[in-house]
Amino acid sequence: MSEELYKEMAQSIIEGDSDKSVELAKKSIELQMHPLDTITKGFVVGVNYIGDQFGKGEAFLPELVMAGEAMKAAVATLEPELMKLGESREVMGRVVLATVEGDIHEIGKTLVGTMLSASGFEVYDLGVDQPAEKIIGKALEVDAHIIGMSALLTTTMVRQREVIEELDKEGLRPRIKVMVGGAPITKDWFQKIKADGYSEDAIGAVKIAKQLVGKADA
Amino acid sequence: MQPKLSLLTDELIARILDEAYQLLLKPGIKVQNPEARELLESAGAQVDQETMVARIPGQLVHTALESVPRQFQLFDYEGNARVVYGGDAIHFDPGSSGISVLIPETLEHKTAETPDLIRILKVAETLPQYDAQSTSVVCHDVPKDLHDLYRLYLVMLFSRKPIVTGAFTNETVHQMIDMLSIFAGGRENLKEKPRAIFDVCPSPPLIWSNFGAGNLIALARAGVPAEIVSMPLAGAAAPVTLLGAVTQHAAECLSGITIHQLAQPGSPIVWGGAPAIFDMRKGGTPMGAVETAMIDSSYAQVGKSLGLPTHAYLGATDSKLVDMQAGMESAMGALVGALSGINMISGAGMLDFLICQSPEKLVIDAESIAMARRMVEGMKIHTDTLATGFYEGVNFKGGDFLKQKITLQLFQMEQHMPSVVIDRDSMRGWREAGSMDTFTRAKIRVKEILASYKRPEIDPDKERDLHDYVLGLAKESGLETLPLLDEKNPLPDA
Ligand code: B12
Repeated sequence: MSEELYKEMAQSIIEGDSDKSVELAKKSIELQMHPLDTITKGFVVGVNYIGDQFGKGEAFLPELVMAGEAMKAAVATLEPELMKLGESREVMGRVVLATVEGDIHEIGKTLVGTMLSASGFEVYDLGVDQPAEKIIGKALEVDAHIIGMSALLTTTMVRQREVIEELDKEGLRPRIKVMVGGAPITKDWFQKIKADGYSEDAIGAVKIAKQLVGKADA
Repeated sequence: MQPKLSLLTDELIARILDEAYQLLLKPGIKVQNPEARELLESAGAQVDQETMVARIPGQLVHTALESVPRQFQLFDYEGNARVVYGGDAIHFDPGSSGISVLIPETLEHKTAETPDLIRILKVAETLPQYDAQSTSVVCHDVPKDLHDLYRLYLVMLFSRKPIVTGAFTNETVHQMIDMLSIFAGGRENLKEKPRAIFDVCPSPPLIWSNFGAGNLIALARAGVPAEIVSMPLAGAAAPVTLLGAVTQHAAECLSGITIHQLAQPGSPIVWGGAPAIFDMRKGGTPMGAVETAMIDSSYAQVGKSLGLPTHAYLGATDSKLVDMQAGMESAMGALVGALSGINMISGAGMLDFLICQSPEKLVIDAESIAMARRMVEGMKIHTDTLATGFYEGVNFKGGDFLKQKITLQLFQMEQHMPSVVIDRDSMRGWREAGSMDTFTRAKIRVKEILASYKRPEIDPDKERDLHDYVLGLAKESGLETLPLLDEKNPLPDA
């Protein structure tokens, strides 16, 4: 019985059907299934599948984004149950994501966020034009493992370094790891500012993030 | 007759504009600049200060459209009109603000520095296909506060052509206008005969950022031409349909023009853009996609229906090398832009989604631009009869037309003569010349151009004033001297 249900759950994510995933989450509560099982044996399977397919070029961005939305909706439905049990979902890691101050390029950062969420990270996306204090403040508030910063302009990429310097000054590294990205970000730059990781695209961002939390794919 | 590409019917244009006007009311335009909100509100727009959303009534837009100049010109260093914005005039300039350059020997994408920009400027200055220069790459050997204006400084020293540029902040736009004024002989003269136009971007979807709107207002008041570069990214930051993207483009431009004309009625502004479809496999913004070109061509048609000057980003490629894909996408873009009668077509030289510039690509693109221009000249009637008058003395013999005087007289009017970059040699000739591919020939052509380039003569007093002005700003950013420019042409202090 529950095997069937898990399959349906995975399928609802693959189809990006938020209504369906919420309905199934509710059903699992009625059936008194353990919410953690529901997530890991049901919904996560769907997210992983779509993520793999996307990496292979066989699924498209809207599918990935919609799968992420369906996943979020399902987890939100289950969260109160988890609370009641005093348990929490195991996440890959918590990531605070932002485009740096003075920069309003949004799309790349949002895609990275989508991919990270789809891969099991808890993502706090602060949006664009975010000053160092805000980024670091949020990271402390949610006890983030990783800060991810996007910069698309050669004039704003220096802000990434400022955040890193600030973190160093406060002695917050290596507790908080930093990864950077955006059109002008090169390996040279990443090494120069002593970030912990960088990537030229969203799939690479997930790989790096997994490495940074010590959960790299074999 | 100038051949024209029309992807839209009049009926469709009317629908696009009708829906664009609807978008201005619902959901409205998010205007993040307080002064722009104030301008809109006092003119009768409904503004929610909390959400920053302005609902702009059609009447306001109509008034703005009435005061926009239908045509204006850009001038060269000497004050000659060189670029016409308006009607179906077409011009080309290199793509702007690249981050890296392609190193032809190693094929590496290297972060751009002063010598790279100078090489690009020399090439674009020499090639007649480029009617204007652009501030084509950012030089990373100067402090970031100078990134935008330092590019302009180099263009002004190495070129006499009109300039397509842009400022990266609300402060530097004023400094860049000051720089241009030094050469023009004051702000009034600059207004009279502008040498440069500034790109200004709304943020898709339907946002005028504090920065973007601020520069619109600054340029309007200075009377320096502004070029709206609206970028609906279809499927990500705009509707996935091409027509949806064209409609959003219209709404972003109409709202921009309204803010601009409220700040200063009659200031010159251009209906332009750099839209793209969004690649659903990789998440990129392909500039070389045919659908991207279709969005450009269509929005230009919409702008023309309003009688406005037009601009687009076409003729760039997403390839990382100057290869077959680069040639194919760039030529297709140039041709579509030319056939659409777009006044300024930016993008030449660009690789990798507008990130990387290449002088070698610039010389190859110049060839496709020349071909596109030839196409736009269209079919010409040179003679009283089309053919019948040509057959006297021709005895059913191929080659006889070569004997005719008229062949010699007319062939250069009928045929565009490409440079050596285009191979039309025999196999033997090609082999003897070294069996080179296009890229190799382009490398040689770039070397030749660089060797023969001479810096334009610029009034030494103006040059010194400009230098001192930029040096003053450089010192504020911690730079004591400006980087050495050219051994052959040392500048004051350099
Ligand atoms: C769309 C766009 C805009 C839009 C942004 C809209 C929006 N809502 O986001 C608008 C119109 C607002 C805009 C404005 C400007 N832009 Co712009 N823009 C672009 C463009 C064409 C595409 C960017 C994009 O969305 N790409 C698609 C996404 C998916 O890719 P991505 O952002 O690179 O992200 C991927 C990777 O980089 C990486 N990644 C990104 N972030 C992160 C973070 C982490 C942690 C990691 C690991 C990875 C990672 O993964 C992502 C997914 O694969 C680029 C060209 C380019 N190729 O980058 C120019 C570009 C970045 N812009 C440029 C310029 C000059 C400007 C303006 C200054 C123009 C002007 N004069 O007004 C303004 C600046 C505004 C500001 N203060 O920020 C230049 C930068 C030049 C330079 N030397 O710095 C570029 C390169 C284009 C050009 N040649 O002119 N722009």
